[in-house]
Amino acid sequence: MSATGIGASVRRKEDHRYITGQGRYTDDINRPGQAHAWFLRSPHAHATLKSIDAKAAAAMPGVLGIFTGDDLAADKVGGLICGWMIHNKDGTPMRAGAHPALAQRKVRYVGDHVAVIVAETLAQARDASEAIVVDYGVLPAVVDTASAAGAKTVVHAEAPDNTVFNWHLGNKAETEAAFKAAKHVTKLDIVNNRLVPNPMEPRAAVGDYDQGEGAFTLYTTSQNPHVARLVLSAFIGIAPENKLRVIAPDVGGGFGSKIFIYAEETVCVWAAKKVGRPVKWTSDRTEAFLSDAHGRDHVTHAELATDADGKITALRVKTTANLGAYLSTFSSSVPTYLYAPLLSGSYDIPAIYAEVDAVYTNTAPVDAYRGAGRPEATFVVERLVEVAARQLGKDPAKFRMQNYVKKFPHQTPVIMMYDAGNYGASMKKALEIIDYKGIGKRKRDSARNGKLRGIGFSSYIEACGIAPSAAVGSLGAGVGLWESAEVRVNPVGTVEVLTGSHSHGQGHETTFAQLVSGKLGIPIENVSIVHGDTDKVQMGMGTYGSRSGAVGMSAIFKALDKVIAKGKKVAAYVLEADEADIDFADGHFKVKGTDKTLDFGSCALQAYIAHKFNGQDLEPGLKEGAFYDPTNFTFPAGVHICEVEIDPDTGVTAIERWAAVDDFGVVINPMIVEGQVHGGIAQGVGQALLEGAKYNADGQLVTASFMDYCMPRADDLPSFDVGMTVTPCPSNPLGIKGCGEAGAIAAPPAVINAITDALGHEDIAMPATPQAVWRAAQKTVKRMAAE
Amino acid sequence: MATVSMTVNGKAVTATVDPRTLLVQLLRENLRLTGTHVGCDTSQCGACVVHVDGKAVKSCTALAVSLDGASVTTIEGLATNGALHPMQEAFREHHGLQCGYCTPGMIMAAVDMVNRRGNDLDEKTIREDLDGNICRCTGYHNIVKAIAAGAEAMGGKVQVRQAAE
Repeated sequence: MSATGIGASVRRKEDHRYITGQGRYTDDINRPGQAHAWFLRSPHAHATLKSIDAKAAAAMPGVLGIFTGDDLAADKVGGLICGWMIHNKDGTPMRAGAHPALAQRKVRYVGDHVAVIVAETLAQARDASEAIVVDYGVLPAVVDTASAAGAKTVVHAEAPDNTVFNWHLGNKAETEAAFKAAKHVTKLDIVNNRLVPNPMEPRAAVGDYDQGEGAFTLYTTSQNPHVARLVLSAFIGIAPENKLRVIAPDVGGGFGSKIFIYAEETVCVWAAKKVGRPVKWTSDRTEAFLSDAHGRDHVTHAELATDADGKITALRVKTTANLGAYLSTFSSSVPTYLYAPLLSGSYDIPAIYAEVDAVYTNTAPVDAYRGAGRPEATFVVERLVEVAARQLGKDPAKFRMQNYVKKFPHQTPVIMMYDAGNYGASMKKALEIIDYKGIGKRKRDSARNGKLRGIGFSSYIEACGIAPSAAVGSLGAGVGLWESAEVRVNPVGTVEVLTGSHSHGQGHETTFAQLVSGKLGIPIENVSIVHGDTDKVQMGMGTYGSRSGAVGMSAIFKALDKVIAKGKKVAAYVLEADEADIDFADGHFKVKGTDKTLDFGSCALQAYIAHKFNGQDLEPGLKEGAFYDPTNFTFPAGVHICEVEIDPDTGVTAIERWAAVDDFGVVINPMIVEGQVHGGIAQGVGQALLEGAKYNADGQLVTASFMDYCMPRADDLPSFDVGMTVTPCPSNPLGIKGCGEAGAIAAPPAVINAITDALGHEDIAMPATPQAVWRAAQKTVKRMAAE
Repeated sequence: MATVSMTVNGKAVTATVDPRTLLVQLLRENLRLTGTHVGCDTSQCGACVVHVDGKAVKSCTALAVSLDGASVTTIEGLATNGALHPMQEAFREHHGLQCGYCTPGMIMAAVDMVNRRGNDLDEKTIREDLDGNICRCTGYHNIVKAIAAGAEAMGGKVQVRQAAE
């Protein structure tokens, strides 16, 4: 292993600009003549828009324009789209209402977009918005996930019972038969709490219109600028793709929430032409809480069947998923194809049946948030398995190992074909790290101090490397999910790699450069990674679903192979040898069996000066592109074990130990991968202990600031013991599985299983706040006193 | 409009601003020092931390006109003569950042922590003292390591890389 190649913890190339304040985020960009946008948002969860009077506001100082949904409609600006078609059980398509960027006739959640005010300064735009008189016809709101279907209040006329779809997956008859034959059935009712992604950089957009060229530029906080351009062009109709440039510069975290094409970005780029000035909008945190797509929000009843030997024989779930007031870009795929296919977990379960109803409510749209469907599935499976082990009187680690998938490939009853893994190895390693043998003593020690100690397991699996295009197409996706790369070798042997992946914290500029440096045998300093600009980079699909390594780097790998192949042709002419006799290793082309060599940089120069070969026989230049379409999902898996100590007097849960053993396949940069695990666990612990978006019955979001929504802070978390096992992924050339979401998927059930172990009962929901745990612990304390 | 004069990163500046202008707006919009970030609207996240007369201040919560005559240091002014501050170096060495958005505030808060609490900081102290800064990417694990190493290196006895071992 070289100091900068695959497997080395290379310090990040991008860090210098971030630690010196030289990062360039969207809000740092200012265009000449720039004006500022402010959105007037609905204060009501559900209301008709009887009238909007903006006359007085339009006359206020600095105001350049005030626009409503009628203005967008008059310009034939299309609505926002949902890019994944789901079909009902009966084969009919899902029922989706329109999603205009600015509301037309009706508002459907608090924060919905009523009008945009463009002014010389942000303060002037905000002042003017207060002078707009809106006559709302306030309607009752439907908020609650479980009771939305069939409620009297209807969010969209297109879905008269508020149900977007009734969908199912798996084998119903086999599953029912297995439950009938079961020796034991474990049943759980589960609420997967609604979360707000909250990347630290709020969304922002600067729209610019070049009158001379008739071309738009949108600077925006996007995880996938090409997808944004595609949607803004082909569906919303801002401009043809060749007249619309989307730039996603440094982006301060995404976690899924910056995948989607939102109202504000759409309106900014449209308004830039309307007012003839660049238009900037930057979300404040309250707006982010109100209008960024939220995550999770499932209500589920789940059952697990076991036979007399403790073998799992079947699993069934009935889930209601809240999709909010409108269908966000990929919302429909999250509680369906990103959820139910993961219900087999790490286990060999012969029969599975899942039913999912998706509902509209008067709340913010819900879409992918770190893990997207897979955390919800993992929570169901790992809670069921843990509770089943307790009910059967089995050790939860042994019960899991008994039921693990052990032979690969393994076809589950719910689409997925697991290709490789060794779940038992991860479990064994995690048990060692956490010192499982010592847990009995530690529990007794805690009890002596009046504390309750518990240990909880989570043996997760996820489907990443999203995704084989034909497969997702057959399931309803509107796009292909390949990735692209172009490797441009400069005449002196430095390299630019243009990738369709986008980095918003993942460290691609380092990791991708490691691959290039290692494969071409050139210094890592000679490699630059270019991303995030549709004018520079060929069409690409962006970053989400832990796909940038497995899919994005595989595209780079393919393009590098082509560069080396072309280099061999060049070297053959220069070294006067047969192409078949040229080897490439350690940055040098060599003629087999001789000492004749050509270093990579010299080869590049020869390719460009083209003196040694005839242009008709070999094209000059050294630049190759590749598109990589995966052949399967990848299946990262691992075991996280959480140990907690609860103070029954205060309800405070302290995480005492955390062991994480993950199998991500081949790891390029262990330092970065461990960082992804840490961050994922923190978000998962946040879901389990602290975070929860709450709407009151009127549809007001009562957790719309960092004062009310509890973000994990440094003193809420422990340090983590992170270990790894490696079974290379067989389906891509690098053997990478992906690591971005694992922690967020693994952590919530590990925490809740630990808390319920400590409490001795299962009656606790997420977030397990001190108040909730205190209440739950009183039952435990009473029982202990009685004993 | 009001006129305010202060020293920012060692340079005297005078600006005419709307009286409601916040320090962070003066820095970002008038002086184009965009390293100081805004992550919330309730003084919770700490992305905007700068030093005012040597002490950490959330610049989203201070009116610019209230700081007439003050000396302000931002993340752009932390390195001296092109040499990174030991805390900056520690964040890079220990992978204490991912998306980089909270990082300037974290580093400025960390330097202030060392100024107040000394060079020998244990994990518990760092975690408690970091309560005013939110990071969504790192889970704090590596930030805590970076601050401990940066604190030690600020004492001058060891380099950041040695403090890491």
